[in-house]
Amino acid sequence: MRELVVVSGKGGTGKTSLTAAFASLARSMVLCDADVDAADLHLLMDPSIRRQEDFQGGGTAVIDRERCTACGLCLDLCRFDAIGSDYGVNRIDCEGCGVCVDFCPEKAIAFPARTCGEWFASETRFGPMVHARLGIAEENSGRLVTLVRQEARKIAETRNLDLIITDGPPGLGCPVIASIGGASALLIVTEPSVSGLHDMERVVQLAAHFKVPGMVCVNKFDLNPGQAEAIERLAKEKKIQVLGRIPFDPVITEAMVGGKTVFEYDAGSRAGRAVRRIWDQIAASPAIRTASDEFRRSIP
Amino acid sequence: MIITVASGKGGTGKTTVATNLAFSLADHVQFLDCDVEEPNAHLFLKPALGEKQRVFTPVPVVDETACSYCRKCAEICRFRAITVLGKKVLTFPEMCHSCGGCMEICPERAITETGRELGVIEEGRRDDIGFVHGRLRVGEAMAPPLIRKVLSHVLPGKVNIIDAPPGTSCPVITAMRGADFVLLVTEPTPFGLHDLKLAVETVKILGLPRGLIINRAGIGDDGVKEYAEEEGLPVLMEIPFERSIAEACSRGRLVVEALPGWKEEFLELFRRIRKTIGWKEVGAR
Repeated sequence: MRELVVVSGKGGTGKTSLTAAFASLARSMVLCDADVDAADLHLLMDPSIRRQEDFQGGGTAVIDRERCTACGLCLDLCRFDAIGSDYGVNRIDCEGCGVCVDFCPEKAIAFPARTCGEWFASETRFGPMVHARLGIAEENSGRLVTLVRQEARKIAETRNLDLIITDGPPGLGCPVIASIGGASALLIVTEPSVSGLHDMERVVQLAAHFKVPGMVCVNKFDLNPGQAEAIERLAKEKKIQVLGRIPFDPVITEAMVGGKTVFEYDAGSRAGRAVRRIWDQIAASPAIRTASDEFRRSIP
Repeated sequence: MIITVASGKGGTGKTTVATNLAFSLADHVQFLDCDVEEPNAHLFLKPALGEKQRVFTPVPVVDETACSYCRKCAEICRFRAITVLGKKVLTFPEMCHSCGGCMEICPERAITETGRELGVIEEGRRDDIGFVHGRLRVGEAMAPPLIRKVLSHVLPGKVNIIDAPPGTSCPVITAMRGADFVLLVTEPTPFGLHDLKLAVETVKILGLPRGLIINRAGIGDDGVKEYAEEEGLPVLMEIPFERSIAEACSRGRLVVEALPGWKEEFLELFRRIRKTIGWKEVGAR
């Protein structure tokens, strides 16, 4: 089984629109939305939710004021300044380390697990999809990402599907690291700007750090063809396969407004044709081409 | 005064708004780029940066000659950053949240702390604008402690402009706390609307005054405007989708430099923010 993870470093380069477009081109795949913090893929996929589960994060300290003797030990020990002088715990500051719980001489601090979000296993017109919603202002996004990827993998195994396409989060930190570990390949979607180039460079380093092969495509390349070339040069230097360019084309936004993928909306558009060429290369790449593809190809 | 520029969705133009606002005010401005995962503001403000200051977070080191393998450290750690296998203590520094619990509980006092590098802070200036950004080490998962380090450079009495990371979880909350005003930036598309709603919920949890900038106005649909009206979220500025603006940004040019007419728009934006929060100390030039 292979997993393609779509990332970018910089936000807003078109990860989700491309992921959705690939889903409509690939056959027998599971979709996974690993951008649990600001998930958007469901807006194009219109999933019917078949299973809905709470996501339990770590614990949060709760002080029982009746038993508390105000000895001050927890205030001294908490490195996150989460306990006020009135012995109230600030939920947002509490890191969930439980140090106050373990050291309280009165055993006055409870540590209930908190529900940090929920995740869903759904059906879409292109196949199964696993997605999630991290609660506002919650932590543990990395753990929720790991969970949705595991669930997507289980579904792929049960249904004998070869491929998982994962829409990754922007950035470089905890949820991105959780999104790319163990992936077959990354598609880095970038845009031709100084920010796009800078952020791609860091994602390329991250991919190398975790030893995941990367591929690059430049979205909206015609907004600055010079920068697009600079990005492609950098990718070649770093031995990253350049898959091609997608022109700036209003059909991508129009398709989004219509809740459709670019292929459903206008397959023959400039962007649509470019995305198809990129998908064909991904599907044929050594990292993603599956054993069953090889088998199909071998049949004359 | 602290103005934090944020958005749920990435790539909506936070950095464009934050850098152009800072450059238009020019004086009495401290700029803090808190998008430590992918800091970009320096590409536009082009400050002369000083030396890199490395930032560390404490992680345990075990002196095994003193260790009695009692396992208390492994039992207290909620992050599975330390474990005991027979007569061997293993630490996983990248999992550690630096709570100090293992060190505190060790009966043999066998645990001390060393540092795990989170990344670097760089300080600089562009004309009269003070500039600080953080740059998360590639492979480091935890952004919030580095963001807090950047925020320690807030200067009271100045206009502090903070470029926040995208999303709604801990890095964003860390960057937003303490703000006097949160300037949300979105694009008028279904993705922009969906993530704007999440961002508004985030700002509401912190109970902060807020306003909206619609970037790339003209693409997409009317959903964002309708929502802003229902929500009572004031639309403080609209930046149309124009090739000239997109091209300036792609080259790392400030909009107010490439298209000087925009400077007055950003100054007006600042006046509106100032009026909302009733701040009178330092005026814009």
